[in-house]
Amino acid sequence: MFRRIRNILGGGVLVLLGLAGTAACEPQAGAASQTGVDTLWVLMTAFLVFFMQAGFGMVEAGFIRAKNVCNILTKNFLDFCMASLGFFIFGYALMFGDGNGFMGFTGWFLSGAKSGSGVPLYAFWLFQAAFCGAAATIVAGGMAERMKFPAYLIYSFLISAFIYPIVGHWIWGGGWLSKMGFADFAGSTVVHALGGVAALVGTMMLKPRTGKYNADGSANVIAGHSIPLASLGVFILWFGWFGFNPGSTLSVGNGELIARVAINTNLSAAMGGIVAMATVWKMFGKPDLSMAMNGALAGLVAITAPCAFVDPWASIVIGAIAGGLVVMGVVVLDKLKIDDPVGAVPVHCLNGIWGTLSVGIFGKAALGLAHDGLLYGGGFKQLAIQALGVGSVLLFIVFSMGIVFKLIDIFLGLRVSREEELKGLDIGEHGMESYAGFQIFTTQ
Amino acid sequence: MKLIIAMIQPHKLPDVKKALFDADVHKMTVTNALGCGQQKGFMETYRGVITEVNLLKKTRIEIAVNEDFLEPTIEAIIKGARSGNIGDGKIFVLDLADCVRIRTGEKGREAIG
Repeated sequence: MFRRIRNILGGGVLVLLGLAGTAACEPQAGAASQTGVDTLWVLMTAFLVFFMQAGFGMVEAGFIRAKNVCNILTKNFLDFCMASLGFFIFGYALMFGDGNGFMGFTGWFLSGAKSGSGVPLYAFWLFQAAFCGAAATIVAGGMAERMKFPAYLIYSFLISAFIYPIVGHWIWGGGWLSKMGFADFAGSTVVHALGGVAALVGTMMLKPRTGKYNADGSANVIAGHSIPLASLGVFILWFGWFGFNPGSTLSVGNGELIARVAINTNLSAAMGGIVAMATVWKMFGKPDLSMAMNGALAGLVAITAPCAFVDPWASIVIGAIAGGLVVMGVVVLDKLKIDDPVGAVPVHCLNGIWGTLSVGIFGKAALGLAHDGLLYGGGFKQLAIQALGVGSVLLFIVFSMGIVFKLIDIFLGLRVSREEELKGLDIGEHGMESYAGFQIFTTQ
Repeated sequence: MKLIIAMIQPHKLPDVKKALFDADVHKMTVTNALGCGQQKGFMETYRGVITEVNLLKKTRIEIAVNEDFLEPTIEAIIKGARSGNIGDGKIFVLDLADCVRIRTGEKGREAIG
Protein backbone atom coordinates (compact mmCIF):
# COMPACT_ATOMS: atom_id res chain seq x y z
CA MET A 1 0.00 0.00 0.00
CA PHE A 2 2.64 2.50 1.10
CA ARG A 3 4.91 1.38 -1.69
CA ARG A 4 2.19 2.06 -4.23
CA ILE A 5 1.67 5.57 -2.88
CA ARG A 6 5.39 6.18 -3.02
CA ASN A 7 5.49 5.01 -6.64
CA ILE A 8 2.67 7.36 -7.57
CA LEU A 9 4.42 10.26 -5.81
CA GLY A 10 7.72 9.37 -7.45
CA GLY A 11 6.07 9.36 -10.85
CA GLY A 12 4.60 12.77 -10.18
CA VAL A 13 8.00 14.22 -9.30
CA LEU A 14 9.46 12.77 -12.50
CA VAL A 15 6.73 14.41 -14.56
CA LEU A 16 7.43 17.75 -12.85
CA LEU A 17 11.15 17.42 -13.44
CA GLY A 18 10.44 16.66 -17.09
CA LEU A 19 8.40 19.85 -17.39
CA ALA A 20 11.15 21.86 -15.74
CA GLY A 21 13.63 20.29 -18.15
CA THR A 22 11.72 21.40 -21.23
CA ALA A 23 11.37 24.92 -19.86
CA ALA A 24 15.11 25.17 -19.27
CA CYS A 25 15.83 24.15 -22.86
CA GLU A 26 14.68 27.48 -24.21
CA PRO A 27 17.76 29.75 -24.44
CA GLN A 28 16.36 32.87 -22.70
CA ALA A 29 14.85 30.93 -19.83
CA GLY A 30 18.20 29.16 -19.38
CA ALA A 31 20.13 32.41 -18.86
CA ALA A 32 17.50 33.69 -16.45
CA SER A 33 17.61 30.54 -14.36
CA GLN A 34 21.40 30.77 -13.94
CA THR A 35 21.00 34.15 -12.22
CA GLY A 36 18.02 32.74 -10.39
CA VAL A 37 19.97 29.81 -8.98
CA ASP A 38 22.88 32.08 -8.01
CA THR A 39 20.44 34.41 -6.26
CA LEU A 40 18.89 31.48 -4.43
CA TRP A 41 22.34 30.37 -3.30
CA VAL A 42 23.42 33.82 -2.11
CA LEU A 43 20.13 34.44 -0.30
CA MET A 44 20.14 31.03 1.32
CA THR A 45 23.68 31.49 2.60
CA ALA A 46 22.79 35.04 3.71
CA PHE A 47 20.04 33.47 5.83
CA LEU A 48 22.61 31.06 7.29
CA VAL A 49 24.96 33.94 8.11
CA PHE A 50 22.05 35.76 9.72
CA PHE A 51 21.48 32.71 11.91
CA MET A 52 25.06 33.04 13.19
CA GLN A 53 23.71 36.01 15.11
CA ALA A 54 21.83 33.48 17.22
CA GLY A 55 25.06 31.52 17.60
CA PHE A 56 26.96 34.56 18.87
CA GLY A 57 24.07 35.32 21.22
CA MET A 58 24.04 31.84 22.73
CA VAL A 59 27.85 31.59 23.08
CA GLU A 60 28.05 34.94 24.81
CA ALA A 61 25.00 34.26 27.00
CA GLY A 62 26.39 30.90 28.07
CA PHE A 63 29.83 32.23 28.94
CA ILE A 64 28.65 35.02 31.26
CA ARG A 65 26.76 35.12 34.56
CA ALA A 66 23.00 34.69 34.73
CA LYS A 67 22.47 38.23 35.99
CA ASN A 68 23.71 39.75 32.69
CA VAL A 69 22.15 37.45 30.10
CA CYS A 70 19.18 39.62 29.21
CA ASN A 71 21.62 42.49 28.64
CA ILE A 72 23.96 40.59 26.31
CA LEU A 73 21.06 39.20 24.28
CA THR A 74 19.53 42.65 23.90
CA LYS A 75 22.89 43.84 22.61
CA ASN A 76 23.17 40.94 20.16
CA PHE A 77 19.65 41.49 18.99
CA LEU A 78 19.81 45.23 18.58
CA ASP A 79 23.23 45.32 16.95
CA PHE A 80 21.86 43.38 14.01
CA CYS A 81 19.01 45.87 13.76
CA MET A 82 21.45 48.79 13.95
CA ALA A 83 23.83 47.14 11.47
CA SER A 84 21.04 46.56 8.97
CA LEU A 85 19.98 50.19 9.03
CA GLY A 86 23.50 51.59 9.15
CA PHE A 87 24.65 49.39 6.31
CA PHE A 88 21.61 50.38 4.25
CA ILE A 89 21.93 54.13 4.78
CA PHE A 90 25.72 54.65 4.67
CA GLY A 91 27.57 51.35 4.74
CA TYR A 92 26.92 49.93 1.31
CA ALA A 93 27.82 53.20 -0.41
CA LEU A 94 31.11 53.45 1.47
CA MET A 95 31.95 49.82 0.82
CA PHE A 96 30.85 49.16 -2.76
CA GLY A 97 30.17 52.64 -4.21
CA ASP A 98 32.40 54.29 -6.78
CA GLY A 99 35.13 56.33 -5.18
CA ASN A 100 38.84 56.13 -4.50
CA GLY A 101 41.05 53.42 -3.03
CA PHE A 102 40.07 54.42 0.51
CA MET A 103 36.27 54.51 0.35
CA GLY A 104 33.27 54.66 -1.98
CA PHE A 105 30.95 57.66 -2.29
CA THR A 106 27.92 56.60 -4.35
CA GLY A 107 24.77 54.68 -3.59
CA TRP A 108 23.55 56.18 -0.30
CA PHE A 109 20.32 54.43 0.76
CA LEU A 110 21.13 51.99 -2.08
CA SER A 111 19.82 54.54 -4.58
CA GLY A 112 21.77 54.12 -7.77
CA ALA A 113 23.94 51.45 -6.18
CA LYS A 114 25.27 48.55 -8.21
CA SER A 115 25.60 44.93 -7.18
CA GLY A 116 29.15 43.77 -6.48
CA SER A 117 28.61 40.42 -8.19
CA GLY A 118 26.38 38.64 -10.71
CA VAL A 119 23.39 38.42 -8.40
CA PRO A 120 20.80 41.21 -8.02
CA LEU A 121 21.73 44.16 -5.81
CA TYR A 122 19.23 43.37 -3.04
CA ALA A 123 20.45 39.79 -2.65
CA PHE A 124 24.08 40.94 -2.62
CA TRP A 125 23.22 43.66 -0.08
CA LEU A 126 21.51 41.22 2.27
CA PHE A 127 24.50 38.87 2.18
CA GLN A 128 26.90 41.73 2.92
CA ALA A 129 24.66 43.17 5.63
CA ALA A 130 24.65 39.82 7.44
CA PHE A 131 28.47 39.91 7.42
CA CYS A 132 28.43 43.45 8.75
CA GLY A 133 26.18 42.36 11.62
CA ALA A 134 28.57 39.53 12.47
CA ALA A 135 31.52 41.94 12.72
CA ALA A 136 29.55 44.25 15.00
CA THR A 137 28.34 41.53 17.36
CA ILE A 138 31.79 40.08 18.09
CA VAL A 139 32.51 43.09 20.28
CA ALA A 140 29.54 42.46 22.61
CA GLY A 141 31.27 39.39 24.06
CA GLY A 142 34.57 41.09 24.80
CA MET A 143 32.87 43.99 26.55
CA ALA A 144 30.23 41.87 28.29
CA GLU A 145 28.95 42.28 31.85
CA ARG A 146 29.93 45.93 32.35
CA MET A 147 29.22 48.06 29.26
CA LYS A 148 26.31 50.50 29.25
CA PHE A 149 23.52 49.61 26.86
CA PRO A 150 23.07 53.06 25.20
CA ALA A 151 26.84 53.20 24.61
CA TYR A 152 26.63 49.85 22.86
CA LEU A 153 23.79 50.99 20.62
CA ILE A 154 25.77 53.99 19.43
CA TYR A 155 28.92 51.95 18.96
CA SER A 156 27.09 49.30 16.89
CA PHE A 157 25.63 51.90 14.53
CA LEU A 158 28.99 53.63 14.03
CA ILE A 159 30.97 50.46 13.37
CA SER A 160 28.49 49.09 10.85
CA ALA A 161 27.71 52.35 9.08
CA PHE A 162 31.27 53.67 8.77
CA ILE A 163 34.18 51.63 10.08
CA TYR A 164 33.42 48.15 8.79
CA PRO A 165 32.45 49.44 5.31
CA ILE A 166 35.70 51.40 4.91
CA VAL A 167 37.81 48.33 5.66
CA GLY A 168 35.48 46.30 3.47
CA HIS A 169 36.05 48.73 0.61
CA TRP A 170 39.83 48.31 0.86
CA ILE A 171 39.55 44.54 0.53
CA TRP A 172 36.29 43.64 -1.22
CA GLY A 173 35.10 46.90 -2.76
CA GLY A 174 37.99 47.43 -5.19
CA GLY A 175 40.08 49.50 -2.77
CA TRP A 176 43.85 49.75 -2.43
CA LEU A 177 44.43 46.37 -0.76
CA SER A 178 42.42 44.41 -3.31
CA LYS A 179 44.45 46.08 -6.10
CA MET A 180 47.64 44.81 -4.47
CA GLY A 181 46.41 41.22 -4.61
CA PHE A 182 45.53 40.95 -0.92
CA ALA A 183 43.39 37.83 -0.48
CA ASP A 184 40.72 37.40 2.18
CA PHE A 185 38.16 35.04 0.76
CA ALA A 186 35.36 35.33 3.33
CA GLY A 187 36.64 37.78 5.91
CA SER A 188 39.29 36.62 8.40
CA THR A 189 40.49 40.22 8.30
CA VAL A 190 37.40 42.13 7.19
CA VAL A 191 35.03 40.58 9.72
CA HIS A 192 36.99 38.76 12.41
CA ALA A 193 40.27 40.59 12.92
CA LEU A 194 38.25 43.83 12.72
CA GLY A 195 35.68 42.71 15.30
CA GLY A 196 38.34 41.11 17.49
CA VAL A 197 40.56 44.19 17.61
CA ALA A 198 37.58 46.43 18.27
CA ALA A 199 36.72 44.10 21.17
CA LEU A 200 40.31 44.33 22.44
CA VAL A 201 40.31 48.13 22.33
CA GLY A 202 36.91 48.20 24.04
CA THR A 203 37.71 45.75 26.81
CA MET A 204 41.00 47.51 27.59
CA MET A 205 39.18 50.84 27.86
CA LEU A 206 36.45 49.36 30.05
CA LYS A 207 38.95 47.78 32.46
CA PRO A 208 38.37 44.29 33.95
CA ARG A 209 35.15 43.20 35.62
CA THR A 210 34.99 43.81 39.37
CA GLY A 211 36.52 40.81 41.13
CA LYS A 212 38.27 39.35 38.10
CA TYR A 213 41.82 40.09 39.24
CA ASN A 214 43.28 40.07 42.73
CA ALA A 215 45.59 42.73 44.07
CA ASP A 216 48.58 40.42 43.49
CA GLY A 217 47.66 40.12 39.80
CA SER A 218 46.31 36.58 39.88
CA ALA A 219 43.06 35.91 38.02
CA ASN A 220 39.82 34.62 39.53
CA VAL A 221 37.36 32.32 37.82
CA ILE A 222 34.11 34.02 36.84
CA ALA A 223 32.41 30.95 35.45
CA GLY A 224 29.86 31.11 32.65
CA HIS A 225 26.34 30.27 33.77
CA SER A 226 25.32 27.79 31.06
CA ILE A 227 27.65 25.50 29.17
CA PRO A 228 24.68 23.93 27.30
CA LEU A 229 23.71 27.35 25.87
CA ALA A 230 27.31 28.06 24.89
CA SER A 231 27.58 24.66 23.16
CA LEU A 232 24.37 25.28 21.27
CA GLY A 233 25.83 28.61 20.19
CA VAL A 234 29.02 27.00 18.89
CA PHE A 235 27.05 24.42 16.92
CA ILE A 236 24.90 27.19 15.42
CA LEU A 237 28.00 29.19 14.51
CA TRP A 238 29.65 26.16 12.89
CA PHE A 239 26.43 25.54 10.95
CA GLY A 240 26.19 29.18 9.94
CA TRP A 241 29.81 29.15 8.79
CA PHE A 242 28.71 26.80 6.00
CA GLY A 243 26.91 29.87 4.71
CA PHE A 244 29.64 32.34 5.63
CA ASN A 245 32.45 30.66 3.65
CA PRO A 246 30.81 28.64 0.86
CA GLY A 247 28.33 31.48 0.26
CA SER A 248 31.22 33.85 -0.42
CA THR A 249 31.60 32.18 -3.82
CA LEU A 250 28.50 34.31 -4.64
CA SER A 251 27.64 31.93 -7.47
CA VAL A 252 27.01 28.23 -7.95
CA GLY A 253 28.88 28.19 -11.27
CA ASN A 254 32.00 26.52 -9.86
CA GLY A 255 30.86 23.49 -7.86
CA GLU A 256 34.41 22.39 -7.19
CA LEU A 257 35.20 25.72 -5.47
CA ILE A 258 32.12 25.56 -3.22
CA ALA A 259 32.90 21.99 -2.25
CA ARG A 260 36.54 22.82 -1.47
CA VAL A 261 35.54 25.79 0.66
CA ALA A 262 33.00 23.68 2.56
CA ILE A 263 35.35 20.78 3.33
CA ASN A 264 38.18 23.12 4.35
CA THR A 265 35.84 25.01 6.66
CA ASN A 266 34.76 21.81 8.35
CA LEU A 267 38.23 20.25 8.68
CA SER A 268 39.80 23.36 10.17
CA ALA A 269 37.05 23.69 12.77
CA ALA A 270 37.33 20.03 13.73
CA MET A 271 41.11 20.18 14.11
CA GLY A 272 40.90 23.45 16.03
CA GLY A 273 38.56 21.83 18.55
CA ILE A 274 40.79 18.79 18.96
CA VAL A 275 44.02 20.72 19.40
CA ALA A 276 42.51 23.25 21.81
CA MET A 277 41.11 20.41 23.89
CA ALA A 278 44.46 18.57 23.89
CA THR A 279 46.40 21.73 24.75
CA VAL A 280 44.21 22.64 27.68
CA TRP A 281 44.19 19.00 28.86
CA LYS A 282 47.99 18.93 28.85
CA MET A 283 48.38 22.35 30.47
CA PHE A 284 45.68 22.20 33.15
CA GLY A 285 44.88 18.51 33.53
CA LYS A 286 41.29 18.42 32.27
CA PRO A 287 39.65 18.58 28.83
CA ASP A 288 37.79 21.86 29.30
CA LEU A 289 34.74 21.97 26.99
CA SER A 290 34.60 25.76 26.88
CA MET A 291 38.17 25.84 25.57
CA ALA A 292 37.54 23.05 23.01
CA MET A 293 34.59 25.05 21.71
CA ASN A 294 36.70 28.20 21.50
CA GLY A 295 39.19 26.06 19.55
CA ALA A 296 36.60 25.05 16.95
CA LEU A 297 35.59 28.69 16.55
CA ALA A 298 39.27 29.62 16.22
CA GLY A 299 39.65 27.06 13.44
CA LEU A 300 36.61 28.51 11.68
CA VAL A 301 37.90 32.06 11.95
CA ALA A 302 41.36 31.09 10.71
CA ILE A 303 40.12 29.16 7.66
CA THR A 304 37.80 31.97 6.60
CA ALA A 305 40.47 33.80 4.56
CA PRO A 306 42.30 30.83 3.00
CA CYS A 307 39.38 28.38 2.51
CA ALA A 308 39.28 28.84 -1.28
CA PHE A 309 43.03 28.86 -1.88
CA VAL A 310 44.33 25.84 0.06
CA ASP A 311 44.11 22.04 -0.07
CA PRO A 312 42.30 20.12 2.67
CA TRP A 313 45.54 18.97 4.37
CA ALA A 314 46.56 22.62 4.74
CA SER A 315 43.22 23.49 6.32
CA ILE A 316 43.91 20.84 8.97
CA VAL A 317 47.29 22.41 9.73
CA ILE A 318 45.73 25.89 9.83
CA GLY A 319 43.04 24.64 12.23
CA ALA A 320 45.62 22.90 14.44
CA ILE A 321 47.66 26.08 14.86
CA ALA A 322 44.46 28.06 15.49
CA GLY A 323 43.47 25.64 18.27
CA GLY A 324 46.82 26.05 20.03
CA LEU A 325 46.83 29.80 19.50
CA VAL A 326 43.45 30.32 21.12
CA VAL A 327 44.46 28.58 24.37
CA MET A 328 47.72 30.52 24.54
CA GLY A 329 45.80 33.70 23.81
CA VAL A 330 43.40 33.17 26.71
CA VAL A 331 46.30 32.47 29.11
CA VAL A 332 48.35 35.46 27.96
CA LEU A 333 45.38 37.85 28.16
CA ASP A 334 44.85 36.83 31.79
CA LYS A 335 48.56 37.43 32.46
CA LEU A 336 48.21 40.91 30.95
CA LYS A 337 45.06 41.51 33.05
CA ILE A 338 42.92 42.07 29.98
CA ASP A 339 39.48 40.74 30.86
CA ASP A 340 37.71 39.20 27.88
CA PRO A 341 34.74 37.24 29.28
CA VAL A 342 34.02 35.05 26.25
CA GLY A 343 37.40 34.86 24.51
CA ALA A 344 36.48 37.22 21.65
CA VAL A 345 40.04 38.48 21.29
CA PRO A 346 41.86 35.11 21.13
CA VAL A 347 39.23 33.65 18.80
CA HIS A 348 38.57 36.52 16.41
CA CYS A 349 41.57 38.85 16.63
CA LEU A 350 44.47 36.38 16.95
CA ASN A 351 43.03 33.85 14.55
CA GLY A 352 41.78 36.44 12.12
CA ILE A 353 45.40 37.56 11.85
CA TRP A 354 46.70 33.99 11.67
CA GLY A 355 44.15 33.02 9.00
CA THR A 356 45.03 36.01 6.87
CA LEU A 357 48.75 35.25 7.08
CA SER A 358 48.20 31.56 6.38
CA VAL A 359 47.00 32.46 2.88
CA GLY A 360 50.56 33.58 2.13
CA ILE A 361 51.97 30.30 3.42
CA PHE A 362 49.61 27.58 2.18
CA GLY A 363 47.85 29.35 -0.72
CA LYS A 364 48.20 28.19 -4.33
CA ALA A 365 48.15 30.40 -7.40
CA ALA A 366 46.47 27.50 -9.24
CA LEU A 367 43.46 27.99 -6.97
CA GLY A 368 43.05 31.66 -7.83
CA LEU A 369 45.61 33.46 -5.68
CA ALA A 370 47.79 36.26 -7.09
CA HIS A 371 51.06 34.54 -6.11
CA ASP A 372 51.96 31.07 -4.85
CA GLY A 373 52.35 30.84 -1.10
CA LEU A 374 55.61 30.26 0.77
CA LEU A 375 55.30 26.46 0.66
CA TYR A 376 54.71 26.41 -3.08
CA GLY A 377 57.80 28.31 -4.07
CA GLY A 378 56.21 31.73 -4.34
CA GLY A 379 58.56 33.16 -1.74
CA PHE A 380 57.42 35.87 0.65
CA LYS A 381 55.54 37.94 -1.93
CA GLN A 382 51.98 36.92 -1.00
CA LEU A 383 52.85 36.65 2.70
CA ALA A 384 54.17 40.21 2.68
CA ILE A 385 50.97 41.49 1.04
CA GLN A 386 48.87 39.62 3.62
CA ALA A 387 50.94 41.00 6.49
CA LEU A 388 50.72 44.54 5.16
CA GLY A 389 46.96 44.21 4.68
CA VAL A 390 46.10 42.84 8.09
CA GLY A 391 48.59 45.18 9.76
CA SER A 392 47.09 48.29 8.22
CA VAL A 393 43.56 47.14 9.09
CA LEU A 394 44.64 46.61 12.71
CA LEU A 395 46.17 50.09 12.89
CA PHE A 396 43.09 51.68 11.35
CA ILE A 397 40.75 49.89 13.79
CA VAL A 398 42.82 50.66 16.88
CA PHE A 399 42.84 54.30 15.85
CA SER A 400 39.21 54.67 14.75
CA MET A 401 37.61 52.51 17.45
CA GLY A 402 39.83 54.18 20.02
CA ILE A 403 38.29 57.50 19.04
CA VAL A 404 34.74 56.10 18.92
CA PHE A 405 34.96 54.51 22.38
CA LYS A 406 36.73 57.54 23.86
CA LEU A 407 34.04 59.92 22.56
CA ILE A 408 31.25 57.65 23.86
CA ASP A 409 33.05 57.47 27.21
CA ILE A 410 33.28 61.26 27.45
CA PHE A 411 29.71 62.07 26.40
CA LEU A 412 27.76 59.09 27.71
CA GLY A 413 30.03 56.90 29.81
CA LEU A 414 31.11 53.47 28.71
CA ARG A 415 30.87 51.55 31.95
CA VAL A 416 28.04 51.02 34.44
CA SER A 417 28.51 51.81 38.14
CA ARG A 418 30.12 49.24 40.42
CA GLU A 419 26.84 48.75 42.25
CA GLU A 420 24.94 48.08 39.04
CA GLU A 421 27.64 45.71 37.86
CA LEU A 422 27.36 43.70 41.07
CA LYS A 423 23.56 43.64 40.98
CA GLY A 424 23.60 42.67 37.34
CA LEU A 425 22.93 44.61 34.15
CA ASP A 426 19.62 42.81 33.58
CA ILE A 427 17.96 44.75 36.39
CA GLY A 428 20.16 47.82 36.05
CA GLU A 429 19.85 48.40 32.30
CA HIS A 430 16.62 46.63 31.36
CA GLY A 431 14.59 46.27 34.55
CA MET A 432 13.93 42.60 33.88
CA GLU A 433 15.53 39.29 34.68
CA SER A 434 16.59 36.52 32.29
CA TYR A 435 15.45 33.80 34.64
CA ALA A 436 12.44 35.12 36.50
CA GLY A 437 11.37 32.81 39.30
CA PHE A 438 14.84 31.33 39.74
CA GLN A 439 17.00 32.19 42.70
CA ILE A 440 20.31 33.28 41.33
CA PHE A 441 23.34 34.24 43.38
CA THR A 442 24.33 37.81 42.62
CA THR A 443 27.07 37.86 45.22
CA GLN A 444 30.08 37.83 42.91
CA MET B 1 28.87 30.98 72.66
CA LYS B 2 26.87 33.12 70.28
CA LEU B 3 25.31 32.62 66.88
CA ILE B 4 25.54 35.65 64.62
CA ILE B 5 23.03 35.88 61.79
CA ALA B 6 23.59 38.74 59.38
CA MET B 7 21.34 39.80 56.50
CA ILE B 8 23.31 41.79 53.97
CA GLN B 9 23.12 43.06 50.39
CA PRO B 10 24.27 40.26 48.07
CA HIS B 11 26.76 42.45 46.27
CA LYS B 12 28.42 43.29 49.59
CA LEU B 13 29.39 39.65 50.20
CA PRO B 14 32.88 39.93 48.72
CA ASP B 15 33.62 42.94 50.96
CA VAL B 16 32.19 41.27 54.06
CA LYS B 17 34.14 38.08 53.41
CA LYS B 18 37.34 40.07 53.05
CA ALA B 19 36.69 42.00 56.27
CA LEU B 20 35.96 38.74 58.13
CA PHE B 21 39.13 37.10 56.84
CA ASP B 22 41.12 40.17 57.89
CA ALA B 23 39.60 39.79 61.38
CA ASP B 24 40.72 36.15 61.43
CA VAL B 25 37.19 34.77 61.08
CA HIS B 26 37.27 32.01 58.50
CA LYS B 27 34.20 29.90 59.24
CA MET B 28 30.77 30.83 57.97
CA THR B 29 27.65 29.58 56.23
CA VAL B 30 26.20 31.67 53.41
CA THR B 31 22.71 31.28 51.95
CA ASN B 32 20.65 33.02 49.34
CA ALA B 33 17.57 34.63 50.86
CA LEU B 34 14.62 36.79 49.92
CA GLY B 35 13.32 39.42 52.28
CA CYS B 36 12.18 42.92 52.88
CA GLY B 37 12.92 45.51 55.48
CA GLN B 38 12.84 49.26 55.40
CA GLN B 39 14.24 49.36 51.88
CA LYS B 40 11.68 49.90 49.15
CA GLY B 41 11.63 47.37 46.34
CA PHE B 42 12.60 48.14 42.80
CA MET B 43 10.51 48.60 39.68
CA GLU B 44 10.64 45.94 37.05
CA THR B 45 9.00 46.27 33.66
CA TYR B 46 7.88 43.29 31.68
CA ARG B 47 6.21 43.70 28.29
CA GLY B 48 4.98 47.15 29.16
CA VAL B 49 3.63 46.31 32.59
CA ILE B 50 5.37 47.97 35.51
CA THR B 51 5.53 45.96 38.71
CA GLU B 52 7.15 46.58 42.03
CA VAL B 53 9.31 43.78 43.30
CA ASN B 54 9.44 44.10 47.07
CA LEU B 55 10.95 40.83 48.23
CA LEU B 56 14.56 41.62 47.53
CA LYS B 57 17.51 39.33 47.12
CA LYS B 58 19.51 39.21 50.32
CA THR B 59 22.39 37.14 51.54
CA ARG B 60 22.26 35.47 54.94
CA ILE B 61 25.48 34.77 56.80
CA GLU B 62 25.61 32.54 59.87
CA ILE B 63 28.68 32.47 62.09
CA ALA B 64 29.04 30.72 65.44
CA VAL B 65 31.63 32.40 67.69
CA ASN B 66 33.05 32.32 71.20
CA GLU B 67 32.57 35.47 73.27
CA ASP B 68 36.01 36.93 72.59
CA PHE B 69 35.32 36.84 68.84
CA LEU B 70 31.84 38.37 69.06
CA GLU B 71 32.72 42.06 68.77
CA PRO B 72 35.46 41.67 66.12
CA THR B 73 33.09 39.62 63.96
CA ILE B 74 30.25 42.12 64.24
CA GLU B 75 32.63 44.97 63.47
CA ALA B 76 33.96 43.16 60.43
CA ILE B 77 30.47 42.54 59.06
CA ILE B 78 29.56 46.19 59.53
CA LYS B 79 32.80 47.31 57.93
CA GLY B 80 32.15 45.19 54.85
CA ALA B 81 28.41 45.69 54.48
CA ARG B 82 27.80 49.33 55.38
CA SER B 83 27.16 51.79 52.57
CA GLY B 84 25.12 54.21 54.65
CA ASN B 85 21.95 53.66 52.62
CA ILE B 86 18.71 51.99 53.62
CA GLY B 87 18.96 48.29 52.86
CA ASP B 88 22.42 47.64 54.27
CA GLY B 89 20.91 44.91 56.45
CA LYS B 90 20.78 43.72 60.05
CA ILE B 91 22.79 41.60 62.42
CA PHE B 92 21.10 39.29 64.95
CA VAL B 93 23.01 37.80 67.86
CA LEU B 94 21.59 34.70 69.54
CA ASP B 95 22.73 32.66 72.52
CA LEU B 96 24.01 29.31 71.38
CA ALA B 97 23.23 26.37 73.67
CA ASP B 98 25.87 24.01 72.40
CA CYS B 99 28.02 23.09 69.44
CA VAL B 100 29.32 19.66 68.41
CA ARG B 101 32.02 18.92 65.88
CA ILE B 102 30.83 15.76 64.16
CA ARG B 103 34.26 14.45 63.19
CA THR B 104 35.77 14.38 66.70
CA GLY B 105 32.78 14.62 69.01
CA GLU B 106 34.26 17.76 70.65
CA LYS B 107 31.73 20.04 72.30
CA GLY B 108 31.40 23.70 73.23
CA ARG B 109 34.28 26.20 72.89
CA GLU B 110 36.67 23.73 71.24
CA ALA B 111 34.10 22.71 68.66
CA ILE B 112 33.65 26.31 67.53
CA GLY B 113 37.30 27.36 67.54
